[in-house]
Amino acid sequence: MAGTTATEREGTSRRGGTLYRGDLGMWSWVAHRITGVLTFFFLFAHVLDTALVRVSPDAYDKVIETYKNPVVNLFEVGLVGAVLYHALNGIRVMLVDFWSKGTQYQRPMLWAILGIWVAVMIPGTYFMMVRTVTDLLGGGH
Amino acid sequence: MSDLVLDKPRSPRRPAARRGNFELYSWLFMRISGVALVVLVLGHLFIMNILDGGVHRINFGFVAGRWASPFWQFWDLLMLWLAQIHGGNGLRTVINDYARKDATRFWLKVLLFTSMVLVIGLGTYVIFTFDPNITD
Repeated sequence: MAGTTATEREGTSRRGGTLYRGDLGMWSWVAHRITGVLTFFFLFAHVLDTALVRVSPDAYDKVIETYKNPVVNLFEVGLVGAVLYHALNGIRVMLVDFWSKGTQYQRPMLWAILGIWVAVMIPGTYFMMVRTVTDLLGGGH
Repeated sequence: MSDLVLDKPRSPRRPAARRGNFELYSWLFMRISGVALVVLVLGHLFIMNILDGGVHRINFGFVAGRWASPFWQFWDLLMLWLAQIHGGNGLRTVINDYARKDATRFWLKVLLFTSMVLVIGLGTYVIFTFDPNITD
């Protein structure tokens, strides 16, 4: 399991074919792409909605209300999770590029950033959702 | 005649072989801006989504309070520019990877570039011209 080269791993080719099923590093790269593209599209919408402060306080407040909707609130947790992964994996990529032992430790570094991700997302999700959940359960003041 | 004449150590330069260092600078920019964005964006998300009630306390008054400070104006301006160029450059790579026809690649990049100019321009305009007393 500690092997770092994909070619040495068993089961990397399916049914004797040559399809590259990838190593863990490939999936970290795929996830980096997806989270990056998603964040870029969100940023486009986010700058437009913030620009409404230039129209009127009312227009801005109305649009910001949608961010407080329970479903959108859940998307925000997803967004924070995507950005956090992209940030942590970006640090890992930089360590692989610039640290002499980076390539040697790329795999343990991936497990490390996933551990940090979980450790941050658990309290993060709580604080992002606590208001929405208490409101939904009728516990509002 | 007594000048020392040395042959050039290598064969004549072929300028066409190098097309500049754009991709190197692009690669370097992704890392430098990435470090800055880790602080700027994670700080932004922490303040806006997690701290002190998160998104539920955000409204026009909240924005007005923050942009009264040049520190947060500069924070948001820097974050806007770096995130747009970092993300735009990332999408440029994605387009280069997946577009199959040259025409598709070209028009997707035109669309990308237009959206970047629009978002950076609009965002910068809003930060610089924000008026807390807009309704007065």
